[in-house]
Amino acid sequence: MTTLRLEIPRPVHPTGIWSWITTIDHKRIGILYGVTAFTLFLIGGIEALLMRAQLAKSELEIISPEVYNQLFTMHGTTMIFLAIMPMGAAFFNFVIPLQIGARDVAFPRLNAFSYWTFLAGAIMLNGSWFLGGAPNAGWFGYAPITGEIYNPGHGIDFWIMSLQILGIASLAAAFNFIVTILNMRAPGMTLMRLPLFTWMTLITSFLLVLAFPVITVALIELMFDRFYGSNFFVPAAGANPILWQHLFWVFGHPEVYILILPAMGIVSEILPTFSKKPLFGYPVVVLSGVIIGFMGWMVWSHHMFTVGLGPVANSVFAITTMLIAVPTGIKIFNWIATLWKGSLNLSTPMLYALGFIAVFTIGGISGVMHSQAASDAQQQDTYFVVAHIHYVLFGGSIFALIAGIYYWFPKFAGKMYDEKIGKLTFWLIFVGMNLTFFPMHFTGLDGMPRRIYTYYNDMGWDLWNTASTLGAILLAMSLLVFIYNIVTSWLNGEPADGDPWDGRTLEWSIASPPPEYNFAEIPTVSDIDDWWVKKRTANAVVEPTEGIDPHSIHLPQPSYWPFVVSVGLLIGGYGLIYNIAVAILGATISMIAVYAWSFEPVNDPEETSNH
Amino acid sequence: MRNLKHNKSYALLALTLLTVILAGCTPSHPQSTFDTLGPVAESQLLLTNILIVMGTAVFIIVMAVLIYIVIRYRDDGSKEDPEQIHGHTMLEIVWSVVPVLVLIPLAVISVITIFDNHNSPVKAEDGGLNIQAIGHQWWFQFKYPEQDQISTPVVTSNDLHIPVDTPVNIELVSKDVIHSFWVPKLAGKVDMVPNNDNGLWLQADEPGIYLGQCAEFCGVSHANMRFKVIAHERKDFDRWVQEQSRPAAIPTDATPLIKLGHDVFMARVGKGTESDPDVKGAGCNSCHKIEGTDARGTRGPDLTHFATRTSFAGATLTNTQSNLRKWLEDPEKVKPANVMAREAEIYRDGIGLSEIQVSALIAFLRSLE
Repeated sequence: MTTLRLEIPRPVHPTGIWSWITTIDHKRIGILYGVTAFTLFLIGGIEALLMRAQLAKSELEIISPEVYNQLFTMHGTTMIFLAIMPMGAAFFNFVIPLQIGARDVAFPRLNAFSYWTFLAGAIMLNGSWFLGGAPNAGWFGYAPITGEIYNPGHGIDFWIMSLQILGIASLAAAFNFIVTILNMRAPGMTLMRLPLFTWMTLITSFLLVLAFPVITVALIELMFDRFYGSNFFVPAAGANPILWQHLFWVFGHPEVYILILPAMGIVSEILPTFSKKPLFGYPVVVLSGVIIGFMGWMVWSHHMFTVGLGPVANSVFAITTMLIAVPTGIKIFNWIATLWKGSLNLSTPMLYALGFIAVFTIGGISGVMHSQAASDAQQQDTYFVVAHIHYVLFGGSIFALIAGIYYWFPKFAGKMYDEKIGKLTFWLIFVGMNLTFFPMHFTGLDGMPRRIYTYYNDMGWDLWNTASTLGAILLAMSLLVFIYNIVTSWLNGEPADGDPWDGRTLEWSIASPPPEYNFAEIPTVSDIDDWWVKKRTANAVVEPTEGIDPHSIHLPQPSYWPFVVSVGLLIGGYGLIYNIAVAILGATISMIAVYAWSFEPVNDPEETSNH
Repeated sequence: MRNLKHNKSYALLALTLLTVILAGCTPSHPQSTFDTLGPVAESQLLLTNILIVMGTAVFIIVMAVLIYIVIRYRDDGSKEDPEQIHGHTMLEIVWSVVPVLVLIPLAVISVITIFDNHNSPVKAEDGGLNIQAIGHQWWFQFKYPEQDQISTPVVTSNDLHIPVDTPVNIELVSKDVIHSFWVPKLAGKVDMVPNNDNGLWLQADEPGIYLGQCAEFCGVSHANMRFKVIAHERKDFDRWVQEQSRPAAIPTDATPLIKLGHDVFMARVGKGTESDPDVKGAGCNSCHKIEGTDARGTRGPDLTHFATRTSFAGATLTNTQSNLRKWLEDPEKVKPANVMAREAEIYRDGIGLSEIQVSALIAFLRSLE
């Protein structure tokens, strides 16, 4: 039997744009993820600034109501799907193979595919600004306001298609990381020796795999309602729109933990390193992460306390939600115990990790407040919730991600950042963050609903809104200082050695930046914090890069196909919205590329022997 | 001396913090959840206060420990590694169990409050007052129970009149998208969901006006969807119901301007009116109802006793002559994307109202006692 092999020459581009498009090196993909996600984070931030400008005082007319609704929809969707999640993915990519002593992820081309598909989703969503208006029904897209009757135009269509495309990217990445973490660990690295960040990524990946299908189903139903006239969410045809809310939050609440667990993982790496002590209660911290992952599925209806599910359902979900505070509290107590009797080095990553504990605790406490269904009826859908979500997602996730950027900066850049500016930025961001979001507790309890484009001057909300807006400006300026620090250090920083922090995990046992093959010799692991123990007991030193012939190590080779599949998906997505023929074209491109990909060997034997 | 100075600065800090926090909870504001004037909101505030106190205590303890440790164990430059402590089983048990113990009483109070707030003390079938609240994009409509066959059904918009010291059951209905009914000083919100009717009960302890606002994002003018709860002494409420149960009557001594307004209201767009063929109709009657007249539209608010309403346009404007003028001249500017501005022929087709039409309509609307 013959098979048709679609062969084009293997890409060989050591540098330049094509080297990035065809790369399957997890470290370069990690950097692509990081830079793209940070750029989108800035776009989401600009959207937030525009909203804060409009709300700075009562009855301002800076932004029209229609645009305001698009801004808050895009801000939420961007920050969650295009900023925090992919920034987490950037760290998964860059750090995890290094932490588990592997040379790459399990499926390097699938990894490239995840990135390009994520980028396709990002382009699709943000392109909507230029194609007739962005989606305007909130990141939660409650039916029936997303239906055709109330929402003609393509905004919601772009939202649906981009979330579906992003879902494909997330699922591919999640499967990849589950297999990588379970199968690619260095010899001796049992599950209970896994670094905490890797553990939390494993849990996050399982959550992704289980949560995304739910939103996918909901989005397909909504798409059929809009494109083909079905009636899943059309009240006029008898539909109960609460169905959407259940589907959305069965996905949406685990999604919250998808956003925070990697952050907790990063903090659990930084605190021990900068205290020179192992993580206190390692098995308990792991277990509490697992419990949070499980319990995340039992609390979704706390987003729906005012929907009218009845007192029994509200009581049950109030109690499960209160209980989820327990494993979260356990983590905080163990982190603090890690610091106890340590030798604390208050460098920038550590400041952010400590700031994380402080600010996240506030978000946790307001979370417990929200778990009380009865009193939550006063806080639901007010600025109090906006304060809560930003304390856990900005004070939580973003603080931890910035901590991670500083912590691993020497590793991926091979340079040191400027410590003085780093510390200064921490205090600026810390003050800016609290000034922006703390007053929202007040406006919320003072009766200000969220998602309003204006408020009347007789409501008494001016003072704290002005404060929030000033905080947002400060926050924006401090982020500029942060960018300045990272960019100038990346270009001209002092060279960093392989182990600048006296680290504890395997990524610090190799050079900075790591060579393409990561580990010349795959390490054998015999402890938690193996690298730290080896340094202390066996005088281990950072693995040298000299004297190693890179060609003696077989690595997966670059490929065009993952990129082409993603391009096909992007074209297909636009096709479904505008013209079915284009959708078929997109699907065909993707199919051909998948076909070619599946016949392309990971390693071209002839290619390697030529070297 | 130094200690004293420190104490002083701590006291100052505490005082500033307290001021900030108190300033945040300004009860005088119209939608403050701290100025409760009904049992439902009170029970919710009690729970919120318990949580604020507990939460603040937990936060202070955690932060005190954290700050102490950070200061005490800051790297002192010693070359020696600290002791490598891996954990402590007893501590883990303690800080797992203690939070559960703290949460148990909270759960009990919480569940009791959930049921109390859900179950009206005087249900409709036990003779309690039952009012239907209907959410529209972007205004609230209130329908009172029918008195008998002959009287006019009492229907208002934006103003919800209730008697004081009486539990009132509100049936929550939506005709389009999801809205949420919320009067912070009286009760927490419950959503109005199409095809999924909800209910809540509330009670006002004092006569007065309580502001409310839609709390679930419902489209372009979500921010402009407000309403007022007006609580009367029982006898005033009964009198109000009686007055509202009468059809609107055009007084026999009505001025020509009022009559003209009536005709503008009733005549089709572009058609000359009865009183003055040169003044054309505006076709308001196709969407608005005025009991006792030919206006039988149901799309927009019932205007039967419009002159008794305190506000209009989603309670964004108080019911004054100048505000009416503002609204009739450019409704889109007052409440963007509202149905009248976008769909009523007179505005949709860019015809607009002439000066005389506006004045006549204002005179007519303000005569609807």
